[in-house]
Amino acid sequence: MIDWQPLWLSLRLAAITTTILLLLAIPLGYWLAYSRQRWTIAAEAIISLPMVLPPTVLGFYLLLAFSPSQGFGRWLDHHFNIRLAFTFPGLVIASLIYSLPFTVNPIVAGFRTLPADWRNASRTLGKSDWNTLVRILLPNIRASLITGAVLSFAHTIGEFGVVMMIGGSIPGQTRVASIALYDEVQSMNNRTANRYALVLLAFSFIILLLVYGINQQAAKSKTML
Amino acid sequence: MTDFAPISDNIIRPIPGNIADPTPFLQFRATKTLHTTWGPQRLDVSFELPRGSVLAIYGPSGAGKTTLLRILSGLTPAASGYIEVNGEVWLDTARRINLPTRRRSIGFVFQDFALFPHFTVRQQLEYALDKSTDRSVIPELLALMELEALQHLRPALLSGGQQQRVALARAIARRPRLLLLDEPLSALDDDMRHKLQEYLLKIHRQYGLTTLLVSHHLPEVLRLSDKVMVLEKGTVTREGAPLGLFFAPFSPLL
Repeated sequence: MIDWQPLWLSLRLAAITTTILLLLAIPLGYWLAYSRQRWTIAAEAIISLPMVLPPTVLGFYLLLAFSPSQGFGRWLDHHFNIRLAFTFPGLVIASLIYSLPFTVNPIVAGFRTLPADWRNASRTLGKSDWNTLVRILLPNIRASLITGAVLSFAHTIGEFGVVMMIGGSIPGQTRVASIALYDEVQSMNNRTANRYALVLLAFSFIILLLVYGINQQAAKSKTML
Repeated sequence: MTDFAPISDNIIRPIPGNIADPTPFLQFRATKTLHTTWGPQRLDVSFELPRGSVLAIYGPSGAGKTTLLRILSGLTPAASGYIEVNGEVWLDTARRINLPTRRRSIGFVFQDFALFPHFTVRQQLEYALDKSTDRSVIPELLALMELEALQHLRPALLSGGQQQRVALARAIARRPRLLLLDEPLSALDDDMRHKLQEYLLKIHRQYGLTTLLVSHHLPEVLRLSDKVMVLEKGTVTREGAPLGLFFAPFSPLL
């Protein structure tokens, strides 16, 4: 039998990451989609960096930042007694950065496809921007919100390089499913490794089915309008 | 009448008409640089309007008609300008006053109606009301616009003319002082157009509105407006009563 703890840890990491990301990505996506400031382009590029960077690069810089012997890591350690390197909270922060573009980008795209006059109409009806966001904009980008959430969840489950760099393989702390799989292969337990691999494969496939299903549904309801 | 409006310079040319109240209901003056397909062009418009009138803003596309409505509603900033409605200053760039759109008492009917796809007809109207507003206006409007049978449908299931009526009902649900219509009938065929013009007039009278109508459709202008302002390349080239303006013997507009 396989040890279920790494899978459970992966799910917990993904759930926490996705929840925080949604709360973060809605205001961020709103700002990126509607701000006319020039440097939103720079912000968008920075947010999307984890999509193209080797995860080890991100992991390396995070390791430097989290290191309790210098800079930010030392400051955290001294003032709050918090250590992020090789801990679960550290993994959460890394996952937030790593999966941020997968949540933000669909939401930005969703906002941008909405007609500009919906916001204008809502304003002429005496509504605040907050009211407009909650009652008009968000209900109409539901598919983007779900896509963003599902993708960041799946992407966090699939994380390997970053966890390797800053998490290591501490059972119950940072030994997520992808790391457990790697460890099993390293110790020649191919049978166990295969079980982890199969679970991850099935999971990823289901997630993608879900995303494409949602998109098709959204496309259908659009043609109805 | 001591506090006469701060605009007394001769930039403002009052539109000839039945001005009973010496202080105009609406004073508008604005400049802005427009970026048209023919390059930058200066919008420089000023006018006054008495309460209860229907002003048609007529002119070729790209003349700045829609921009004018958007400046009036606060959706587009003006380079400089002054707007006063019923004694309340909405915009005064000299004094850095700029009332946000949501606090201007307007009803705006957009060219493509801008109905919210996830709301039913009734919900569109309910959304327009404040929490404190009397709800009885909703059945009243539904009846007036003959929308009762459609009230639980979403916009996707409505025809163009029906959507237009919903947009109109939604725009006046808050009882605004000004009703702004941006080519509201341009998407409709002639039959529908004719019927909707009647709805428009009905609503205008019933709710004591002051209406600004952007249009490039001459019959519509003649039928609905009591004053016309012709806008060309960002400036007012002519203004007056519709008949005098369009049917003067040598009118260049014909």
